[in-house]
Amino acid sequence: MDYVLNLWVNLATDLYQLFLGWGLPAWGAKLIIDFVIILILVILGVLAVIVLTPMERKVIARMQDRPGPNRAWPFGLSQAFADAIKMLTKEMILPRNADRLIYTAAPILIVIPALMIYAVLPFGPQAADAELQLGATNLNVGVLYFVALGSVASIAILMAGWGSNNKFALLGAFRVVNQLIAYEVPMILSLLAVVVLTGTMATQQIVEVQSIPYLIVMPIAALTFLASAMAELNRSPFDLLEAESELVAGYQVEYGGMKFAMFYIAEYVNILSTSILFAALFLGGYKFFGLEEVAPVLAPFIVLGKAVAVFFIMLWTRGTFPRIRLDQLAGLAWKFLVPIGLVNLLLVALVVKLSANPWAQAGLLLLGNLIILAVTFLIITLVERRAKSGGAVVLSEAQNLTPAAER
Amino acid sequence: MSVQHAVFIILSAIALIGALGVVLNRRLFRSALFLVLSFVGVAGFYILLEAELLAMIQLLVYVGAIAILIIFAIMLSRQAMVADDKVLNEQWALGWLVAVLLFAALVYVLVKVNWPVVEVAVPANSIQRLGESLVNPNGFVLPFEVASVLLLVALVGAVIIAREK
Amino acid sequence: MQVPLSWYLIVAAALFCIGLYGVLSRRNAIGILMGVELMLNAVNVNLIAFWRYVEAVRATMAGQVFAIIVITVAAAEAAVGLALIIAIYRNRHTVDVTEADQLKL
Repeated sequence: MDYVLNLWVNLATDLYQLFLGWGLPAWGAKLIIDFVIILILVILGVLAVIVLTPMERKVIARMQDRPGPNRAWPFGLSQAFADAIKMLTKEMILPRNADRLIYTAAPILIVIPALMIYAVLPFGPQAADAELQLGATNLNVGVLYFVALGSVASIAILMAGWGSNNKFALLGAFRVVNQLIAYEVPMILSLLAVVVLTGTMATQQIVEVQSIPYLIVMPIAALTFLASAMAELNRSPFDLLEAESELVAGYQVEYGGMKFAMFYIAEYVNILSTSILFAALFLGGYKFFGLEEVAPVLAPFIVLGKAVAVFFIMLWTRGTFPRIRLDQLAGLAWKFLVPIGLVNLLLVALVVKLSANPWAQAGLLLLGNLIILAVTFLIITLVERRAKSGGAVVLSEAQNLTPAAER
Repeated sequence: MSVQHAVFIILSAIALIGALGVVLNRRLFRSALFLVLSFVGVAGFYILLEAELLAMIQLLVYVGAIAILIIFAIMLSRQAMVADDKVLNEQWALGWLVAVLLFAALVYVLVKVNWPVVEVAVPANSIQRLGESLVNPNGFVLPFEVASVLLLVALVGAVIIAREK
Repeated sequence: MQVPLSWYLIVAAALFCIGLYGVLSRRNAIGILMGVELMLNAVNVNLIAFWRYVEAVRATMAGQVFAIIVITVAAAEAAVGLALIIAIYRNRHTVDVTEADQLKL
């Protein structure tokens, strides 16, 4: 029974001993176990597509009062397999005068950073003296690794836009990269608030330090990260550029079949990794009121459960809000999220200096966050009131355009 | 020949092939992509030299910002998506000669000098020490603050220069 | 520490000289800027290699700080340089540096 309670670590240790018994050197056994862990993480990433895609379609359909996909057995839940078979049977095209190398390499290069993020996600507690842990590795710059790989994906999008030899794909790529770069800054600011509070960038330590989940301690950082992450992932309501029901699909317009499937896979792999990161940084990761110390075998499932809950919130937002326009999107990032993120970061730095007791810090931070939120809403209502009474307040440039018929 | 040597050779191949692709390619967009490859190789070097923070900063700033800026500028300054016909200017032979001579001179010096190498491990809290030295008055707070002013000036300057009148 | 320091320095010198060739012999202004970025990268590799092999145990972390400042300066210079190139392109419809010779005697 004790073996099962700590199943993953015990399995890994036994495998390690088995390889040592076969005569492999220590580094060889470790290498094989590392490969097995990498394989499991890659399979997890692909499972993200298979599980999350039908879930998304069913949940959003129910929110919109319709049944959703229900033909693929059972009850539409294997829809991803049907989609995969469809995409595999489509023709591989190459646009005329397109740069063949760039056109073909872009979908591959967009999946690689998405899968690499799984290396720093914490899936379970790490015993102080164990050399094996749950999760691939514990970089002491884990949070920065996540941000850096998120920004590498922009290059692949520019390659996709350029390689399609299509003006509209190129414009779509520009606008998507504009959105991605704009939302990197609030994301980094909210992550910095977490890092300043914890004192380290290693994701494993951030989970271990959270006796109270950071969602309650710093709601502003959590909400800013969630908003920026949804914009980075091109999810509604920020998905103007790949909206299925509006424009032609932006930079993906010339891609069909398996290459389009790669963009699709990259998006969902990114969604799962960002959800797991949100769960690790703000919801307490693998902690569940002490269950993970009694039964560490359940820790990865706790993490995945929390990640699916975060995904449900993303779906909820998608089903509720309309899309926002590109200039409103940029205005939201630079004029709202960046100032509030900066104020939150200053507050965290101040509170960390003021006291070292974690409960006192949590209380002060929560109070400070609520004050900041109150002040923000006050400012917004005052601005709205003044704009309604005819003042010259411009939140986005398109607000002051008069329609041609009224002139 | 240990694993470190093998990894070093692979990384230097990536960095140098990227660099050669930048200067020898006819098409500008492909040069930019080879530049990204070179940046990734250099980030690998930083990881091999146990400076992980700098590797992540390299990826974030160089690949995630400067390379994207260069690609945007390439796309905004082309009349049509055609390949350039003339890539080199009149003094390319002299440039090649200067580069080769400089490389020969540098390699000669680098191999001859007996560098005072210290064989110790990197301390475990190097990131904390880096942070402390950046704000330490006896450390590097002055270059840090001047660099932030420089970034502000560059931000304002770039916006003003590139603005449409 | 098994890779000798001179290997890193030689690779950095090679990167620097390739960047130098790019700066001296390309026509396109953006191509020249890419050469300059290669040279700055070579300098950074040098700095970090020296930090690792010569200076790592001292508390000042001078090598890494210097490299971070160099990256900052490179970013600022790329931003302003590309803004200039775009402004010149708007006026002259070319980014060829051999055609920017109005001030020549």
